[in-house]
Amino acid sequence: MSTAKNINITLKIWRQKNTKTKGGIETYKLDNVSTASSFLEMLDQLNEQLVNDRKEPVAFDHDCREGICGSCSLYINGRAHGPDTGITTCQLHMRMFNDGDTIYVEPWRSKAFPVIKDLVVDRTAFDRIQQAGGFVSVNTSGNTIDANSLPVPKDDADKAFMAAACIGCGACVATCKNGSAMLFVGAKVSQYALLPQGKVEATERVLNMVRQMDEEGFGNCTNTGACEIECPKGISLENIARMNREYLKASL
Amino acid sequence: MAKSALLKSSIAKKYWMALTGLFLCLFLVGHLAGNLQLIFGTPLQFNEYALFMTTNPAVKILSYVTYISILFHVVDGFLLTIQNRKARPVGYAKTNPGANSSFSSRNMAVLGTLVLIFIATHMTNFWAKMHFTTMPLQTITIDNGGQVSSFYITSGWGQDRFINVNQVDGENLIIEGNGFYYTKPIKVQFAEGYKDLHKITMDFFRSKEKLFGVIPNEGLFFTIFYVLSMAVLGFHLWHGFQSAFQSLGLNSPKWTPTIHFIGKAFAVLVPFLFAIIPLYIHFTK
Ligand code: HEM
Ligand code: SF4
Ligand code: FES
Repeated sequence: MSTAKNINITLKIWRQKNTKTKGGIETYKLDNVSTASSFLEMLDQLNEQLVNDRKEPVAFDHDCREGICGSCSLYINGRAHGPDTGITTCQLHMRMFNDGDTIYVEPWRSKAFPVIKDLVVDRTAFDRIQQAGGFVSVNTSGNTIDANSLPVPKDDADKAFMAAACIGCGACVATCKNGSAMLFVGAKVSQYALLPQGKVEATERVLNMVRQMDEEGFGNCTNTGACEIECPKGISLENIARMNREYLKASL
Repeated sequence: MAKSALLKSSIAKKYWMALTGLFLCLFLVGHLAGNLQLIFGTPLQFNEYALFMTTNPAVKILSYVTYISILFHVVDGFLLTIQNRKARPVGYAKTNPGANSSFSSRNMAVLGTLVLIFIATHMTNFWAKMHFTTMPLQTITIDNGGQVSSFYITSGWGQDRFINVNQVDGENLIIEGNGFYYTKPIKVQFAEGYKDLHKITMDFFRSKEKLFGVIPNEGLFFTIFYVLSMAVLGFHLWHGFQSAFQSLGLNSPKWTPTIHFIGKAFAVLVPFLFAIIPLYIHFTK
C-alpha cells in the first residue's frame, strides 16, 4: 500500500563557483516533490527547475545511486547523509521529510576536503592515505598463491570483511566535530591487520597511513563516536582502537 | 621510510591524553581518601596526613608526577583542540550534534578548562597556604618539671624540628625526637593560637567574610563554587574515563560495556564524594 504524496519544501543550499571563490547559502522553493522519490531525485528535480529558469544547476556528487560507491555526500539538516542511519544520501528518501520543511544542504566540511563546486568536494586525500599503505604487495609474476590456501580464523575473517565494507564516502570526517578521519583509516588499517596477507607490512602500513592522514590536515579523534553512528556501513569504533594498538605496536 | 612520531602524531597525542588522564583519575582516588578524613577523622589525623603528604619523599615524587601530568594533559589538550579547530576552517550553517554524540564528549576542552580554573583556585586556597606562607602549625607546650617548651606535632618523618608523638593518654603523652626522649608521661597542654590545615579548611568554608570586599559570605560562595566544579569534573569524566581506554586501543565487545559502566559510576561517585566535604563543613556548626 503506497502512501506517497507530494510535498512542497524550501531548500537552503550551499552554492560556490569554485575552490577559490567564497560561497554562500541560496534559498530555493521546490513544489510537488513526491515522498517516494530519493533525495538525489529531488535534487534532479530542482536542477530541472533551475535549468528551465536559465540558472546554473546545483553540482553534487553521485554515481551508483545504490549505496555502494560512496560518491554521494551532502550534509543534510545538520547530519551527514541526512536524517536516517545506515544509509548514503542516494538511499535517503523524501518520505523522511514533511510538507513545508526547510532543508539545509551543505558540502562535507573539512580542510582536507576542499569544495570543488557547490556541494562537490575533493576527497583525493583519502586516495593518498590509501596509497601510503592501504594495500598488500603481491608478487604477480605468475606464481601468485590462491588466497583461500591460507587458513584464516572465522572471527578474523568476519571482522576484516566488516572493516572492508567502508566505501570511503567521508561521512565520518564530515560529521566529526574534529574533522577526524580515524574511522576511515582505522577501517583500512584493520582490514589488512586482521589477515595473514596484511601482517607482513603491518608496521609500515599503520605508520605511513597515519602520517599521511596527519599531513592531509584531518583532526584528532576525541572518541565522540559520531562517526560510528553516521557511517552508512556501520564501521565500528573497534577499528579505531585496533589502529591505535597497531600504531603503538609499530612505534615500540 | 616509515617513521613513528611518539610525541607529535595524532594517535600519540591520544596516548598521552589517555595516560595522563587515567593517572589523574588515580590521583583523584587518593586525594578523595585523604580528604574524607575531614568528615570521618579527627583534626590530628587530618593534620598528620597533610604533613605526611607534604614531607614524605615517595609522596613528593608522586606529587611531581601529578603536576607534570596536569601540565601535559592541559598542553596536549590545548594543542589537540587547536588542531581540531583548524581541521574545519568553514563550519556548517546547520548542525545537529545531539543526534550522534554526548554533551560531555563534545565539550571536553571547555569542561577541562573549567576544571583547570578550579584546580588553580583550589591550589591558591590551600596548597599555596601550606607551601608558601608561614602557617602556624598545631603545637603543644610541654611542662617538663618547670621547663616549658613548645613543639610541633607530627608522627615524625625524620625532621629534627618535629617530635614524635607515640602515645596520647589523656593529657599525658610519650614523646621522642629533637634530642629529647621521654619515656615517662609528661604533662602537656595545647599551645594557644593553635592553628592548622584542618582549621584553615573549616574556617575557609565557614567564613562569613566578604570575598574581594564585594561578594558576601565567602564560605558559602566557595562551597557553591566547589560543588559546581565537581559537577563539571563529573561531566569531564563521564566521557573521559572510557575514552582513555579507547585511545589506548583497549576496546573489545567483551570488556567495553564494563569499562563504560565503571567510567560512569566513577564520574558520578568520585565528584559526589568530593562535593559533600565542603557541603558538610559549611552546613555543620
Ligand atoms: C583532575 C583533572 C582531570 C582528569 C581526571 C581528567 C581526565 C581525562 C581523561 C580520562 C580524558 C580522556 C583521555 C582520552 O580520551 O584518551 C581526558 C581528556 C581530555 N581532557 Fe582531561 N582531565 C582532567 C583535567 C583536565 C584539564 C585541566 C583540561 C584542560 C584544561 C582537560 C582537557 C581535556 C581534553 C581537551 C581532553 C580531550 C578529550 C578527549 O580526547 O576525549 N582535562 N581528561
Ligand atoms: S568509515 Fe564509514 S563513514 Fe567513514 S568513509 Fe568509510 S564508509 Fe564512509
Ligand atoms: S551514489 Fe553511490 S553510494 Fe550514493
